Amino acid sequence: MIKEKYYISDFCSIRDKKIFKNGDQLHIDLESDNLKDFAKGVYKFLELKYPKFHKMDELCKLGFLASEVLLKDREKVDRDTALVLSNRSSSLDTDRKHQISIQDREDFYPSPAVFVYTLPNIIMGEISIKNNLKSENAFFVTENFDTDFMSNYSKILMNTGKASNVICGWVDLDNDKYDVFLAFLSKKGEKELTKEELNNLYNQ
Amino acid sequence: MAELREELKEKLIEQLSLEDVEVSEIGDDDPLFGDGLGLDSIDALELIVLLEKDYGIKLKDPKEGKAIFESIGVMADYISKHRTK
Repeated sequence: MIKEKYYISDFCSIRDKKIFKNGDQLHIDLESDNLKDFAKGVYKFLELKYPKFHKMDELCKLGFLASEVLLKDREKVDRDTALVLSNRSSSLDTDRKHQISIQDREDFYPSPAVFVYTLPNIIMGEISIKNNLKSENAFFVTENFDTDFMSNYSKILMNTGKASNVICGWVDLDNDKYDVFLAFLSKKGEKELTKEELNNLYNQ
Repeated sequence: MAELREELKEKLIEQLSLEDVEVSEIGDDDPLFGDGLGLDSIDALELIVLLEKDYGIKLKDPKEGKAIFESIGVMADYISKHRTK
């Protein structure tokens, strides 16, 4: 039985070369020709100093940048803040790059730096390392952002004391087409955590 | 040898995505790991692939890399002695 009320404290999205936080446009970059350049531009915009960012694959970069936007104004993030993410395309974008590097037996040079990103849950590892999180995390591959499942799963984590907060969302990338939405869920906020509210904010 | 060292610095920046690093900032004797360029274990594996792909050097034991990848200078010296392409 889920009794405690939880809230969507903050939320952000990255779509169509634009970044929104809590409904307000934070950044727009119509100049970049591809996702790599767009991500680099956002990195500069956020004034990040994190060389490891440049080694990430594009999916990780998107999740990482969204987490930086989401957590931007917080003095600290509780170490037991759980991460519950999902997407449709898993790590397909990087899987293809890896496949290309191993399909020719005469030119067989798989890149370790590419291979390590052939799992979508690496995004959560990168976010955890940056924010020093020691917490529960789960990554689900679903056809669409399942707000019913994701809000329930997050509530259970908080209700059972597994996490004091949850960063939940959708980080999808396939062939330069991306859709990113993250929400910070906690006991504080104005928007109550319901599947409908999460769905509304995702579709804003 | 100087040419090979410059070539290696460029390859390192490109292959290891060291976007914030310029060729001129990498000294020939700077340590590549630890306090130097701060490369990690995945970078070490990437360097092993680079040795084989670009210079035809296949390390029998990956642990050999620890000594070979000490600095650009040491790496260039090793490559010039063992390269097959």
